[in-house]
Amino acid sequence: MMRSIDKLVVALIVIAMVLVGVAFAAFSFYDPIQAAFYANLERVIGVPVEWQFNFQHPFSEIARSLHRFHNFLLAINIAICGLVAGLVMVAVWLYRDSRHPVPARTTHNTPLEVVWTILPVIVLLVIGTWSFSLLRKTDFPPQSDVTLKARGNQWYWTFTYPENGGIEFSSNIVPDDKLAPEQRSLRLMAVDQYVVLPVDSAVRILVTASDVIHSFGVQSLGIKKDAIPGRINETWTRIEREGTYYGDCYELCGRNHAFMPIGIEAVSRQRFDAWIADARRRMTQGLLPSVRAPTDVARAEP
Amino acid sequence: MTTPPVTSYAPSVEELHSSDNDRPRGLLRWLTATNHKDIGTLYLCLAATTGLVAVSLSIVMRLELQSPGVQWLVDSSGAPNGQLYNVIVTAHGLYMMFFVIIPAMFGGFGNYFVPLMIGAPDMAFPRLNNLSFWLFAAGATLLTCALFFGTGPGTGWTLYPPLSSIGHRDASVDMVILSIHLSGASSIVGSINMITTIFNMRAPGMTMHKMPLFVWSILITAFLLLLSLPVLAGAITMLLTDRNFGTTFFDQTGGGDPLLFQHLFWFFGHPEVYMMILPAFGVISQVISTFSRKPIFGYLGMVYALVAIATLGFIVWAHHMFTTGIGFTAQAYFALATMVIAVPTGVKVFSWIATMWTGALDLRTPMLWAIGFIVVFTVGGVTGVNIANPAFDVLAQDTYYVVAHFHYVMSLGAAFGLFAAMYYWLGKMSGRQYPEWAGKLHFWGTFISANLTFFPMHMLGAAGMARRYIDYPEPFSGWNMLISCGAYLGAVSFLFGLGVFAYTLLAGRRITEANYWGAGATTLEWTVSSPPPYHTFTTLPLIEAPPLASSEANGIDVRRPVSG
Repeated sequence: MMRSIDKLVVALIVIAMVLVGVAFAAFSFYDPIQAAFYANLERVIGVPVEWQFNFQHPFSEIARSLHRFHNFLLAINIAICGLVAGLVMVAVWLYRDSRHPVPARTTHNTPLEVVWTILPVIVLLVIGTWSFSLLRKTDFPPQSDVTLKARGNQWYWTFTYPENGGIEFSSNIVPDDKLAPEQRSLRLMAVDQYVVLPVDSAVRILVTASDVIHSFGVQSLGIKKDAIPGRINETWTRIEREGTYYGDCYELCGRNHAFMPIGIEAVSRQRFDAWIADARRRMTQGLLPSVRAPTDVARAEP
Repeated sequence: MTTPPVTSYAPSVEELHSSDNDRPRGLLRWLTATNHKDIGTLYLCLAATTGLVAVSLSIVMRLELQSPGVQWLVDSSGAPNGQLYNVIVTAHGLYMMFFVIIPAMFGGFGNYFVPLMIGAPDMAFPRLNNLSFWLFAAGATLLTCALFFGTGPGTGWTLYPPLSSIGHRDASVDMVILSIHLSGASSIVGSINMITTIFNMRAPGMTMHKMPLFVWSILITAFLLLLSLPVLAGAITMLLTDRNFGTTFFDQTGGGDPLLFQHLFWFFGHPEVYMMILPAFGVISQVISTFSRKPIFGYLGMVYALVAIATLGFIVWAHHMFTTGIGFTAQAYFALATMVIAVPTGVKVFSWIATMWTGALDLRTPMLWAIGFIVVFTVGGVTGVNIANPAFDVLAQDTYYVVAHFHYVMSLGAAFGLFAAMYYWLGKMSGRQYPEWAGKLHFWGTFISANLTFFPMHMLGAAGMARRYIDYPEPFSGWNMLISCGAYLGAVSFLFGLGVFAYTLLAGRRITEANYWGAGATTLEWTVSSPPPYHTFTTLPLIEAPPLASSEANGIDVRRPVSG
C-alpha cells in the first residue's frame, strides 16, 4: 500500500532523475564554457578548453558527425543510468525492511524478462546501424590530391609531402624555456615546425613509425590512427576553417611520450600552393620549410 | 532457522580426525597450508598487501598530475623523468590486473567459500592449491623486484613491442614476463582445482542448478582462466625470445608484426577483465539475495547470462585495437560482438533490481556496497558500449575517456564487489563482526571519492587528454586538480577501510551464531560455525529442500520445515 508520503518520495526520485539527466545532457550538448571560449577568438584554434565538459569543438565533417553520434549515445546512457539509479532508489525507499518487513516470493516474470532482453537488442541495433555508416565515412577516404605522411619517432614527428616534391621536415615540441611569451598558453602543444595543409580539401594522411608504436591523433578534427613500424596506416580529414589545430601522440612510446605534440596550420589553397613552392625552393637550397609559428605561412611568397 | 537440513549420509569420520595431529602448527601451518580456508586466508592477506601497494602507486601518479608541470618525478638534472612515471603506471596496472583482484576474489573468497557452499570437505587437490598460492606470491615478489631493476619496465601493463622489446634493453621487462608466467601458472593450476572440485565434489543433492551463483561465477571464471592464460603465456614467451634469443615474431625487419602481439595479448586481455568482474557478479548476487531476504530473481537467466558473457568475452578482443589499422570488416564485426555483451549484462542488472523489488531490504554495509555496485557498474558499462563503436573510438582511444570507463567497472565495480564480500564474510571467517557505523562510513567515503576521482576523467578524455602522460597542457588542469583531490579522499577511505578490517580482526564483537545475517542467508556456509572448524563437512550434508537460490524455489515458504 502506497501512502501519500511514499508517492511523494517516488515522484521526487523520478523528477530528480529527469532533472539531473536533462541538465547533464544540456550541459554536454551545449557546452557554455567552450562556447564562451570560441566566441572570443581572433583566429581559429583547435585546443582543449579549461573545465570543458564535452569534446573539442569540431572543425571537420567527421568530427561533427562523431559529436552528433555521441550526443545520441549520451542520451541513451543517461536514460539507462537514470532508470537504474531511479529504480534502485525507489526500491530502497519502498522495500526497506522497516517499511516492508515481509519479503515477497516472486522469482520469475517471463514477460518482463523477455522485454528486458529484447529492448536492449533493439537499442543496440539502432546504435550499430548509425555506427557502421559512420565507420564507412572514417575508413574509406574520398579522392584527394594532397597526401601527408606522418612518421612517429622517439620523440618527434617527421612529416613528408610525397606528391609535392618530397618536402620533408621534423616537428619537435617547443620546450618550456623556449616558448615565446604569446605562446605560453600553448605549453606542451606548440611545435617548432607546423604542418601546413589546405582547407576544404580532402587530405590523405599516411601514418607510420620508425622505432616503436606511436599514434597520430588530432581531437578537434576527429583523427586517430596508430603509427606502427613496418606498417603504413591510412586516415583522412577535410579541415573546414583556416586556423591552427593541435594534436598529440596517443600510444605510449617511452619517456617523452607526453612531449611530442602535433601542430597543423590550415590555410587557403592558394597559400598552401605558395608555401609548397616556397618550401621546394628552400629544399633545393638545403633549408627547411620553416613554419615556426602559424603566422609564418602568411609570409610565403605566392 | 531456515537452513537446509544436515543429515548423516556417510559413516562419521570423526574418529579419523579425533586427534589434534591433523594440522601443522606455527609457521609450517602457513608455509605448507593445504586447508582451503588457510589458503583462502593467505590469498586475502597477500592481495591486501599488493592492493595497498597498487593504490599507493596511483596516489603518486595523482600527486604528479595534480598540477601542470612536472614537480615530483624529475631526474637528477631536474628534467621530467618520464621513464619513472611510465614504470609507476605499468606497476599500478600489473599489480591490479594480476596480483590484486583475481587473487582476492578467485584465490581468496573462491578457495574459502566454494567448498563450503557446495558441501565439500576441501578442494580436489589440496597440495596443488598450496602450489597455486606460492606461485602467486613468487610472481608478486618478482614483479616488485623488476620495478627496481635497471630502468624499470615503462611499457604499460600491456607490454606492447617494440617498446617492450627494442625499447627496453635491460632485464626488467624479462623479469616482468617471468612474474606473469608465475601468476599465470598459479591461476591455471588453481582453475583446474576449482573446476574439478565444483564438478566432482558437490554434496549429495547439490545439483549444478542448485549451486549458489557465487560458485557458478567462480566456475566460469576458472574456464576463462584455463582457456585464455595459455595464449598470454605464448605471447609473452614470444616476446621473451624476441628480446633475448634473436627471434622476430614482433619485429617487422625479420618478417614479424607488432600487431601479432596485440592480437595474442588481447585474446587473453579481454577475458581477463571478465575474470575480474564475474566473481564480483557472484558476490553481488549472494549479497542482494541475503539482504533482500528473497531468492535471486531469474536464477537460470542469471546462470546463462554468466555463461553468455564469458563465451562472448572470447570473441571480442580486437575492440582494443580499433585504431591500429585493422580493416573495416574486422572493426564492424568486433564492434557488433562487443555490443551484444550488453544484453546478458543488462539481464543481470535488471534481475538484481527485480530481486530487491518487493523484498525486505536490510540496508547494512554489504548491501550498501552491492546497491552501489549496481549503479556505478551501469555507468561504466554504458561508456563501454560507447567506445565499442569504432568510429566513436577515434575520439576516445588512449584518452582518459577509456581510463574513466575501466576504472568505473574495476575500481568502482570489482572493488565494490570485493568490499561487499569482505563485509559479508568477515564475520564468518574470523568469528568477529565489524562495527556497523565504520562499515557504512567506509562505504560512503569510497563511493563519494571514487566518483569524484573518476567521473571528471570522462570530460578530460573528451577534451583530448591522452593516457599515460606525465604532464599536460594548462587547459586540462582544472579537472585534474579535482580528480587528484578525489583520489586523496579515496586513499583516506581505503586506509580507513583497512583499519576497519584490522580492528575487527583484533577486537571486533565476537559472533556466536552460524548465521548472523538472518533469514536471507540460505547458502551452506551459514550452517557452519563462525569461524568454521578447521575441517568442515567431514560428514557430507544431504541437500533435501531446494535452496532458495534455485530455479525450483518458486513459492516455497522459507519457514516451512522440511519433512524428513
